[in-house]
Amino acid sequence: MSTAWTVVVVTGIVTLALKAAGPVLLGGRPLPDPVARFVALLGPALLAALVATTTLASGTRLVLDARAVGVAAAALAVWRRAPVLLAVGIAAAVTALARVV
Amino acid sequence: MRRAAHGPARSYGDGARRAVPVAIAVLAFGITFGVLAREAGIGPLAAILMSATTLAGSAQFAAASVLAAGGGASTAVLAAALLNVRYLPIGVSVAPWLEGSLLRRLLTAHLIVDESWAIAADGPGRWNPRVLVGAGTSVLAAWVGGTAIGVASGDLLGDPTRFGLDAAFPALFVALLAPQLRSAGARLAAALGATIALALVPLSAPGVPIVAATAAALVGLRSGRSETPR
Repeated sequence: MSTAWTVVVVTGIVTLALKAAGPVLLGGRPLPDPVARFVALLGPALLAALVATTTLASGTRLVLDARAVGVAAAALAVWRRAPVLLAVGIAAAVTALARVV
Repeated sequence: MRRAAHGPARSYGDGARRAVPVAIAVLAFGITFGVLAREAGIGPLAAILMSATTLAGSAQFAAASVLAAGGGASTAVLAAALLNVRYLPIGVSVAPWLEGSLLRRLLTAHLIVDESWAIAADGPGRWNPRVLVGAGTSVLAAWVGGTAIGVASGDLLGDPTRFGLDAAFPALFVALLAPQLRSAGARLAAALGATIALALVPLSAPGVPIVAATAAALVGLRSGRSETPR
């Protein structure tokens, strides 16, 4: 098997194992209370971390570039209750514009 | 049925519809992945199969980048695995809401991506499995379709950062995060999660900051106050 195929197959298996461990082993059963309270805050914690890193990280460096301007504009749009697609469009447009300027 | 905390979404179709804005962005990045995969020496069939089986954008980009830079298979797999470790707690979070046979739970788990998970959120600590499957299927179709287009088109389409598309994902995550910030505990977890992740970016391999940010959810354990749905 070539290197590329090895990566494709092994990455696929590892990813599915990570995603499916919970659902396969505990599926349908309620989580113990402390775990449930932890899990209830996973969404805000992980999504905020994804926002922060996809906006401000470039590899292992922190950078403030055009993306930050676009995402700030999108955040304002979301706060003003704009639909998701509009917010994403604003982010892309403002970012592209900030790159030209 | 449990009452939805926000919006009446509860069917497969609702999930698929709510995922449309996400799917458009995913399609664009699928095209980019297809192009990059070719440059990394991943063949057309392997690239499309990877999008269908791994179904995790950042991990696939990481693996392809390692290969493109001449790295070995184990480095590429490790980079991808690190970026996907967050799916372990994410999988545990939805587990109580997934029912049915082992195979059905396995297939549903496959459709978990950040976006489908966020769209399927049905109040703190609750997820709607139908919405998860509907949204996940939309994302899968867009990701695989985009990859196929990218593989076929070569570099005709060029670099999506030119169009500001690299800001699409953070903007999507902002839109997905906003409805989850209704309680003080959630806002604290979000602020902590972002802080932990940013602090670790210069100090660790990509992926590690996101995994470490899960620690922010531990604030849910303090003083035994539960994050009850409104």
